[in-house]
Amino acid sequence: MKGAAAIEVRDLTVAYRDKPVLWDIDLTVPPGVLMAVVGPNGAGKTTFVKALLGLLPVSAGRIRFFDAPYEASRQQIAYVPQRGSVDWDFPTSVLDVVMMGRYGRLGWIRRPGKREREQAREALARVGMEDFAGRQIRQLSGGQQQRVFLARALVQDARVYLMDEPFQGVDAVTERAIIDLLRALRSEGRTLLVVHHDLQTVEEYFDRVMLLNVRRIASGPVEQAFTTENLRLTYGGRIAFLRSANAADAADPAAP
Amino acid sequence: MTQAEIEIQMLAVVVAAACALPGAFLVLRKMAMMSDAISHAILPGIVAAFFLTHNLNSPLLILAAAATGVFAVLLVELLMSTQRVREDAAIGLVFPVLFSIGVLLIARYAGDVHLDADAVLLGEPAFAPFDRLVALGRDIGPRALYAMGAVGLANVAFVALFYKELKIAAFDAGLAATLGFAPTLIHYGLMTSVSITAVAAFDAVGSILVVALMVAPPTAAYLLTDRLRDMILLSAGLGVVAAVAGFQAARLLDVSIAGAMASAAGVVFAIVWLAAPRYGVLAGRRRRIRQKWEFAEKMLAIHLFNHEGLPEADTEHRIGHLEEHLSWEQDFARRVVRRAQSNGLVRRADDDLLALTPKGRAAASEAITNL
Repeated sequence: MKGAAAIEVRDLTVAYRDKPVLWDIDLTVPPGVLMAVVGPNGAGKTTFVKALLGLLPVSAGRIRFFDAPYEASRQQIAYVPQRGSVDWDFPTSVLDVVMMGRYGRLGWIRRPGKREREQAREALARVGMEDFAGRQIRQLSGGQQQRVFLARALVQDARVYLMDEPFQGVDAVTERAIIDLLRALRSEGRTLLVVHHDLQTVEEYFDRVMLLNVRRIASGPVEQAFTTENLRLTYGGRIAFLRSANAADAADPAAP
Repeated sequence: MTQAEIEIQMLAVVVAAACALPGAFLVLRKMAMMSDAISHAILPGIVAAFFLTHNLNSPLLILAAAATGVFAVLLVELLMSTQRVREDAAIGLVFPVLFSIGVLLIARYAGDVHLDADAVLLGEPAFAPFDRLVALGRDIGPRALYAMGAVGLANVAFVALFYKELKIAAFDAGLAATLGFAPTLIHYGLMTSVSITAVAAFDAVGSILVVALMVAPPTAAYLLTDRLRDMILLSAGLGVVAAVAGFQAARLLDVSIAGAMASAAGVVFAIVWLAAPRYGVLAGRRRRIRQKWEFAEKMLAIHLFNHEGLPEADTEHRIGHLEEHLSWEQDFARRVVRRAQSNGLVRRADDDLLALTPKGRAAASEAITNL
């Protein structure tokens, strides 16, 4: 194997009381890929991302980023949580939220200054939000909130990006802007692991995919892992008609 | 005001400002009820520490009793972590138990000292000037003022030093954790600050006023600004206003000082809640009424625009017809027309027939493209 994997997960199990939410997950994410994590509701997608970040207690398993434990690679990893995870009525401005991405590098007590403001402005420009810097965050639309979160992740200047449903509830224009940004990050050699819910766009947007439903059903390059059979295993029988438009699957006997 | 009254007023002002700082973060974290829990739960700690120190303003008592407050938070979170009890119920379970243990301790062992259940709830600022701090043989003022001043300064230092950490932990605890800021540590730091403030303030003003001063001014300040820094400063400012207004009202009406200040905090909040320029109730109502009329005018312009220059314009453009076409009451239709006229969107071709002005036409086509 050449070089260390960006993310290496071995035997990861996370339990809620006695019920496993994630069971014995193995995953290797090579550097510089754009990888989707898909699965039905309750499959443990968000739990998986949070477990990688040490935000949840892990029952068993080993997680490494570039062959180092999470604690040692903290500054290399940026997290974009679901939009709904924060209070958008919080009294603060767009620029302030983006600057929070620099807090980790600043460390305790040191205040952000001119440099951090400039970096935040640059990141806002990259997501097309430079005119919103002084805006109060409660005035933002859903798509704008998502862009602010992405800008905040950009200023972290990380090697690995973990994103939880960045396309959730955004319009087509914003979705396009976001995927362009993710691709740009990939072409800079960064690694992106993205929880995704829209199966229709997996093949177009991503080069790797993990299908998750408590267990890892499959993972690898999209053309190998994203098969009708694997989707059926992940989602149960219901998924067949979702892909019936796909000519390659027209002969699938499960399709209506 | 007499010397004693000036001292009481100063004490009230310092208490208000000291409570507002941690209070702002409690409100932002949706943990306002935690101030209630802590300010009651510290009672057994105060009683126990009082047996040791025999001085309600001793720093040792303040710290020991504050530990009880933090212990109450721990208990609440322990109950929640079992996932059998929700947060509000956990708070409701923990603080009456601790508080009543304190009440029992007082009744059993401390009945003859300056500590009774009434004083705990409502405090008695009027007594503060009797307990003097003497340094180098000179009387330098009421002891409570110095104790509270020290706690207030500690709160200022805490918020100023850890402003960034408190902000990120309150806004996005997940991000704070991934950036290495230990939100649990920050959380307990804030709870310690709340506890110490509550203990120091309880003797002077009682636990009811502590809750009022930690919750009402920050909640009002939240309605006045979009900036965290301003919200904190405004919280302190509004708390001071409540302290001054409350004490002066208590003097005039000869009523409980702490009661009057807590009521004043409520009144200050009510005024802001009603009259805040952007987020007040009245501003919201005015905005909705204005939007209703603006929307009606827009609909009128679009209606006229759609039929302009067509044969049916002669009937569609009559005011009497609006009733039928837009299902508007006749009175409402006339008022919309009058407003649209005075805003220069429409003019009357004759008594009943309406026509768009160029400005009205522009407004209509803009509204249509933005639909």
